[in-house]
Amino acid sequence: WVPVVGLEIHAQISSNSKLFSGSQVQFAAAPNSLVSFFDASLPGTLPVLNRRCVEAAVMTGLALNCSINKRSLFDRKHYFYADLPAGYQITQQRVPIAVNGSLSYSICIDNKMSQMVTKTVRIKQIQLEQDSGKSLHDDTRNQTLVDLNRAGVGLMEVVMEPDMCCGEEAAAAVRELQLILQTLGSSQAVMAEGQLRVDANISVHHPGEHYGVRTEVKNINSLRFLAKAVDYEIQRQIEELENGGTILNETRAFDSKLGCTVPMRDKEGKQDYRFMPEPNLPPLILYDAKSLPANMNHQQVVNVDWIHERLPDLPSVKRAKLVERYGILPEHGFTLLNEDGLTEFFENVVKQTQMKPKKVIGWILNDLLSYLKQHSLTVKESPVSSFLLADLLNLLEKKEISSTAAKQVLAELWKGEGKTPFEIVKEKKLELIQDQKELEQICQAVIDGQENEVMAIKAGNQKVLNKLIGLVQRETQGRSNPALVKQLLEKKLSE
Amino acid sequence: AALKGGLRFQVSAALKEGHVTPTELCQRCLSLIKSTKFLNAYITVAEETALKQAEESEKRYRRGQPLGVLDGIPIAVKDNFNTAGIETTCASNMLKGYISPYNATVVQKLLDQGAVLLGKTNLDEFAMGSGSTDGVFGPVRNPWSYSRQYKEKSVPKSHSEDEESNWVITGGSSGGSAAAVSSFTCFAALGSDTGGSTRNPAAHCGVVGLKPTYGLISRHGLIPLVNSMDVPGILTRCVDDAAVVLGSLAGHDPKDSTTIQDNFKPFELPNLTDVSKLSIGIPKEYHAPGLSSEILALWSKAADLFKNAGAKVVEVSLPHTRYSIVCYHVLCTAEVASNMARFDGLEYGHRSDMNKSTESMYAATRREGFNDVVRGRILSGNYFLLKQNYENYFIKAQKVRRLIANDFVKVFGSGVDILLTPTTLSDAVPYMEFIKEDNRTRSAQDDILTQAANMAGLPAINVPTGLSERGLPVGLQFIGRSFQEKQLLTVAKWFEKQVKFPMIQLEVKRHDHGAFQHQKSAFFS
Repeated sequence: WVPVVGLEIHAQISSNSKLFSGSQVQFAAAPNSLVSFFDASLPGTLPVLNRRCVEAAVMTGLALNCSINKRSLFDRKHYFYADLPAGYQITQQRVPIAVNGSLSYSICIDNKMSQMVTKTVRIKQIQLEQDSGKSLHDDTRNQTLVDLNRAGVGLMEVVMEPDMCCGEEAAAAVRELQLILQTLGSSQAVMAEGQLRVDANISVHHPGEHYGVRTEVKNINSLRFLAKAVDYEIQRQIEELENGGTILNETRAFDSKLGCTVPMRDKEGKQDYRFMPEPNLPPLILYDAKSLPANMNHQQVVNVDWIHERLPDLPSVKRAKLVERYGILPEHGFTLLNEDGLTEFFENVVKQTQMKPKKVIGWILNDLLSYLKQHSLTVKESPVSSFLLADLLNLLEKKEISSTAAKQVLAELWKGEGKTPFEIVKEKKLELIQDQKELEQICQAVIDGQENEVMAIKAGNQKVLNKLIGLVQRETQGRSNPALVKQLLEKKLSE
Repeated sequence: AALKGGLRFQVSAALKEGHVTPTELCQRCLSLIKSTKFLNAYITVAEETALKQAEESEKRYRRGQPLGVLDGIPIAVKDNFNTAGIETTCASNMLKGYISPYNATVVQKLLDQGAVLLGKTNLDEFAMGSGSTDGVFGPVRNPWSYSRQYKEKSVPKSHSEDEESNWVITGGSSGGSAAAVSSFTCFAALGSDTGGSTRNPAAHCGVVGLKPTYGLISRHGLIPLVNSMDVPGILTRCVDDAAVVLGSLAGHDPKDSTTIQDNFKPFELPNLTDVSKLSIGIPKEYHAPGLSSEILALWSKAADLFKNAGAKVVEVSLPHTRYSIVCYHVLCTAEVASNMARFDGLEYGHRSDMNKSTESMYAATRREGFNDVVRGRILSGNYFLLKQNYENYFIKAQKVRRLIANDFVKVFGSGVDILLTPTTLSDAVPYMEFIKEDNRTRSAQDDILTQAANMAGLPAINVPTGLSERGLPVGLQFIGRSFQEKQLLTVAKWFEKQVKFPMIQLEVKRHDHGAFQHQKSAFFS
């Protein structure tokens, strides 16, 4: 079976006001407090296009390698619903603002970070359209409550061709898109706040045959659920077909509690949206350096080249730069960018320590990150600042403590009691023994106490040496430099 | 005598010189509205606010600081324009009691100039119709029904018949505004024009009706019928006044993305004396089936007038004219279906008591709120917009529209400056006769001469020309080039001067006196 997955992603544009009206865009405001006359569809009101939204769409299109349509059009898509005051949505159905792009993303093979593969998904188009309001169904009182704050907020609909084959790919592609949008600033793309919504189109077929009937899965509000929903639906379709059933071209919702998709009984039959050109908005004309008219009002014009020149480094470029600059591995770059604020944290530590970035990265990804994950904290919420960590790593680098001791210090720092690494080392007596004579004495004592092991080593079994090293470590309560101990033991044993 | 008709030279001057005060003017108009109530021209009379506005205007005149020519001038506005704090109904149950929170741009502009808003005028429901007979507040009566000119010519068919059943329609859909201007209750009124809705009633009521170029005047706040054809229309008693009102309304509005960005410069109309450089086109297709012989003769006379004055008068052809009715029908109903989708009873307007489900509430609300004309157009429009029909109907109609528009481009490109055509097929018919045919049939018949200008977005104006055999007004239409309102109005003004259309001799019966109100009519004649 060949599963085929395509995605329709709605990203809320990060702007001060809505796509066609001047009311504010804000999450979780008092109901119906951000509604202009136009948003409420008062008769006689007209749409006025928001320039910032156009720029956001152009930026996104360029970042996704799309062709920007210098002339695009607006259309009305008609249907009746409580959260759609005008009875139609203004969208771009005939000629959208950007087409034919691509997005590269990475996935791990067999869950091994060290084996990353780059995949590409084609971007069919990006279109500008209005978001709808929100309706809440109150079944006890047989009412529907309508909040129009979100009605009219600008959306970019990004359509990804069915080039993906499983939940992991879908989630990875969306994650990469999310990072790109956040880097551009065109959308904050926080799924939990509804700024990024994903609908998946899924079908299965046998190799060589036509594509199967596809279903649309909606109501997915996290990356984790996206992967789950897609995989579940693929399985469901395969099972259905293998049992001789058929797949209906329907819309299904993802039930996160049950972990499965269920049919949505919302819309009966197929809707005819009766698309019609939006007569109140002239065609959207974009310019580039060549076509820009000489005496045009700068305020009235969007110059694609100007935007292109000012695009920030995209995630893929950022990762490559990190790898090159710091000598870390590609998968390290991936993880750094994947956690909000982690790259900045890493770079700050590197600035403040003599330890090589290649070594620092281990502490960041293995120690710090696992602590954060365990306690469900974001990088911003970390009780250990980059300053403190750098301080700690400096102690290690100067060989004042062992790496085992460093881990202990980190655990203490994690408590966030305001102590410095130096203070903790002193308090817990974790300094490495610097006195060579003292060490020699202890090594001698261990040798003297382990006759059998000494004989084994002298007989040629080098592995047993580690046991002796371990014993010295225990004696010194971890305050000995293992490399030095090994040296001393070898010297003594060869005498 | 000073209040005869003109804004530009007469009333404004009178106000400036203190011969009459804005308050007096306002009161007289309000009083006349009351005594002509049977015309049913007004849906809402905003007496209190009008008097307040008049007071403010008066203060400004006393300080010697009037805002302009329009300061203190009583005006009326068709009830499909939003007026803050004053009911806006579109003559529909759907919006009965609807008080808009904002002013349409054109209303705001007039108020900013100091105009006094007397009230909202009657229309066909949602501006759909050509008679101003299909609104929920009843039909508008043409003031000429009560003119000496009409009464002299009408032969009562029987004793029992009186003028009550003989009254004629105003035409539509801006019938209320036309009647208001015609009966002297205001000096200028706003209408709207989508297929002829300003020019048609202007012709039937003997007033000037101007349809400006699409994109010249803001539609923000005009409740739309067909967004791609609607324009605010101007109704006045003379062409000069129309130019003044145009000057105060035209120009880019950032709230309306279909208005042009170019700077508009208000103009004064020159007194044209020499028409020899003018080329007048007579489109042969406007000799439409059903055109009365009277109007044909008048049209011919007008052409001769220009010819004899030295202008070049040529016959031209607009070959796609005959397709404009069906083309308009498809495009209009499609946009109507779309524009009316917002009336669901949720946010504003009528909401049905039916509450079994949202869908049933929508259905009941829309059935209760809209008349059958509106519902009929919605159904047609939705049909044409269905996926399987879109290409054959909507797209096709858009192509035909382009052909119609190109007809004009070709003709104007060949050296013709202005087109001269009839405005209506006949003079105003009696109401009882008009209602024998349904709205759709009537609209299809009556719009033929005016529609194409809306298709092409061109400016056009009705100039009252003469009286028919029945003593009713007949007007002729001038169609001009895009954004060449100055030329259009200049020619119209010249023509107006030549024809010297008679003033209405309005005879208003006052029920309490049981005698003719000669005083009132003398005052205005």
